[in-house]
Amino acid sequence: MRFIRGEGGHSIPRPRRVGSAAALAIAALGYAAASGAKNTSNGYNLPPGVTDLSRDMYALHMEVFWICVGIAVVVFGAMIYSLLKFRKSQGAVPDTTMIHSTKVEVIWTIIPVVILVVMAIPAAELILKMEDSRNSGLSIRVTGYQWKWEYQYMDAAEGIDFFSTLARPSNFARQLHSGVDPNKVDNYLLEVDKPMVIPSGTKVRLLLTSQDVIHAWWVPDFGAKRSVIPGYVNELWFKVDAGKEGTYQGQCAALCGRDHGFMPVVVTVLTPDDFQKWVAEQKAALKQPAAAGQESPAAPAQPPRTAQVALQ
Amino acid sequence: MANVHSADTAHDDHHDEPAKGIKRWLFATNHKDIGTMYLVFSLIMFFIGGAMAMVIRAELFKPGLQLVQPEFFNQMTTNHALIMIFGAVMPAFVGLANWMIPIQIGAPDMALPRMNNFSFWILPFAFALLLSTLFVPGGAAAGGWTLYPPLSLQTGDAFPMIIFAIHMLGASSIMGAINVIVTIMNMRAPGMNLLKMPMFCWSWLITAYLLIAVMPVLAGAVTMLLTDHYFKTSFFNAAGGGDPVMFEHIFWFFGHPEVYIMILPAFGIISEILPTFSRKPLFGATSMIYAIASIAFLSFIVWGHHMFVDGMPLAAQLFYMMSTMLIAVPTGVKVFNWTATMWKGSLSFEPPMLFALSFLFLFTIGGFSGVMLAIVPVDFQYNQTYFVVAHFHYVLVPGAVFAIMAAVYYWLPKWTGHMYSMSLAKWHFWLSTIFVNVLFFPQHFLGLAGMPRRIPDYAVQFTDWNMVSSIGGFGFGLSQILFAIIVVQCARGGAKASSLVWDGARPVGLEWTLPSPAPYHSFTTAPNIE
Repeated sequence: MRFIRGEGGHSIPRPRRVGSAAALAIAALGYAAASGAKNTSNGYNLPPGVTDLSRDMYALHMEVFWICVGIAVVVFGAMIYSLLKFRKSQGAVPDTTMIHSTKVEVIWTIIPVVILVVMAIPAAELILKMEDSRNSGLSIRVTGYQWKWEYQYMDAAEGIDFFSTLARPSNFARQLHSGVDPNKVDNYLLEVDKPMVIPSGTKVRLLLTSQDVIHAWWVPDFGAKRSVIPGYVNELWFKVDAGKEGTYQGQCAALCGRDHGFMPVVVTVLTPDDFQKWVAEQKAALKQPAAAGQESPAAPAQPPRTAQVALQ
Repeated sequence: MANVHSADTAHDDHHDEPAKGIKRWLFATNHKDIGTMYLVFSLIMFFIGGAMAMVIRAELFKPGLQLVQPEFFNQMTTNHALIMIFGAVMPAFVGLANWMIPIQIGAPDMALPRMNNFSFWILPFAFALLLSTLFVPGGAAAGGWTLYPPLSLQTGDAFPMIIFAIHMLGASSIMGAINVIVTIMNMRAPGMNLLKMPMFCWSWLITAYLLIAVMPVLAGAVTMLLTDHYFKTSFFNAAGGGDPVMFEHIFWFFGHPEVYIMILPAFGIISEILPTFSRKPLFGATSMIYAIASIAFLSFIVWGHHMFVDGMPLAAQLFYMMSTMLIAVPTGVKVFNWTATMWKGSLSFEPPMLFALSFLFLFTIGGFSGVMLAIVPVDFQYNQTYFVVAHFHYVLVPGAVFAIMAAVYYWLPKWTGHMYSMSLAKWHFWLSTIFVNVLFFPQHFLGLAGMPRRIPDYAVQFTDWNMVSSIGGFGFGLSQILFAIIVVQCARGGAKASSLVWDGARPVGLEWTLPSPAPYHSFTTAPNIE
């Protein structure tokens, strides 16, 4: 599935205008896609999501939920029946001999064990699947900072490296006493200046680490969450279904200090063809060092090592 | 509880009547006085921690920051947790233990009365120190009550103060636990063998061992944080060859048993109250004891379930999932036994029973979400969201806190000699039960829909449920003022309580053989148990 191989052979879509046109195009892509953000949660339940794993998680969640509902009906039913039937005010006489029964106690020890095994087997199968990160088509190194994300692409997209921070409209609106109504801000707190971009239909593997404190990278619709820990490289994978292109949103999921609530995770999913174009645009932008100084606000300052990678 | 009963029997070593004024409390060695101080202290902390929760819910009422800066919000969440856990729930259980254990086992007092005094009087100082951190440069701890490094190392001047406060709390808890164990092991009345011992004492005996096992672990963890911060060690500093995840392992090795420290005595209380108001002995008493012991044992081998998303070997994920799910078995046994206790009983619905029933239903809901959280693959979606917040508040508020309130309503007439206002207490019950669900149930939805916990502001799609939850929060908070009023009223006066208090109180509970209020030295001569 390594479709982004052979970068030189592909026609690189040229910027229509000189200078920072590429950066503007990227910005436009980011914002346009973000305003059409998708969220498969109905507002009170887990999102079924757009990956194999997220659907499996959702199915398991619903299975366990309905088992719990079933148990609740039986247990709460027995409790409510007792509350209604055995009331002193209605002349109930206590059966004080009913204090022990080995038989029922064994039964209600064994039945829960069986139910738990029923739940544990599909769970174990899914864990095995989640842990299998082999044969990925694209790897991205994710680094957490207080309070932004850095995405460094590997494999055929090697060299692309950028930061992703809360978009300015949200960042302005979220200040104490800003006077801005969050309801009037597009994708309030869930929009970034430059989202991660990935291809659909491709197994994407993330390698996550942190430069300061513990963060957690999470996109609910991908069923993808993993802690981002200094000194560790954690691994995570997901494969967004073909046809589910769009922008997906999540947030940092581990308390990481003052602005923990303000470091969203936004991922734009493109078709493999569009992704290749995006990669080409990014690389073209990297090869124009003169333009670097004039880049639009959408492309924040690049760390020095990006330039080194670009030179290689 | 200003009401004091003077014992009739002469006694050489002790004063039969308490000292007058402040000395009675400062130099208290009497288990009832110390128990009272613990309970009053716990109630004060409950309101301080509750005020912090009100700040949290007010800020979360609608999206956007309206009231506080994010840093202060984080201080509120962190200190709300520390105060409610170490200041409200744990001292309340110790207070109940102080009051009830000597009475229930037929002893005159706790075994180690001066240590008892010390373990209480540490607490006001520890919490004065903890609360004073709100006013030091850099503010109070804001990295969550779990104190995960490296974030917790970014705390300002408050850092060593918090660690010292935690050390003091740990010392207090360990002394309290030693006192419980020594009292139960040595001071039972003749004939009171362990299997005849009331459930509340049993649950506390096991809890006390958990406390002694894990509080030193917490002390070690925070001391390592301290040396990392000030003495250039690198226990948890990756740059120095240390391991931040090791802190999580050590913390949760403490933290998970700690969770059961806050619920096992509640199990004991419910096992006392349900039989009384069902007028029927506890069903399966022996299996109840085994269930508590099993839960206590399992609590030591499940800590990894707090850390699934941190990256864990496959085998460890499977192990922690299975061991965690296993906890549902003894917990289920307890719920089934409680239900069987009511079955074919003769139920009446006084305030203690109402709170116990609320516990039974709502704690079970917390148990269901607990089972769901144990399932590793879906835990990846639930972890660090409001679903977790809903889960642990269901087991801690309508779980532990309601059990404490049930216990207070159950034994308050025995302590004060007065009946409290039944109608006010029923109002308190209904308001609490309704609002606690309005407060916490929508948080399940928020978490599932993707709202992370510990955030001061949220995306607009989470607005509706947050508003509902906040309204529930304010309602619940205000309802608790009623509780304070009822307790104070009852301490000051009211209809005289009989020695049995509740007509369903079984004669086997020794507390009901004493007059109400119980004499200052409970049993100066040991009662004979047949």
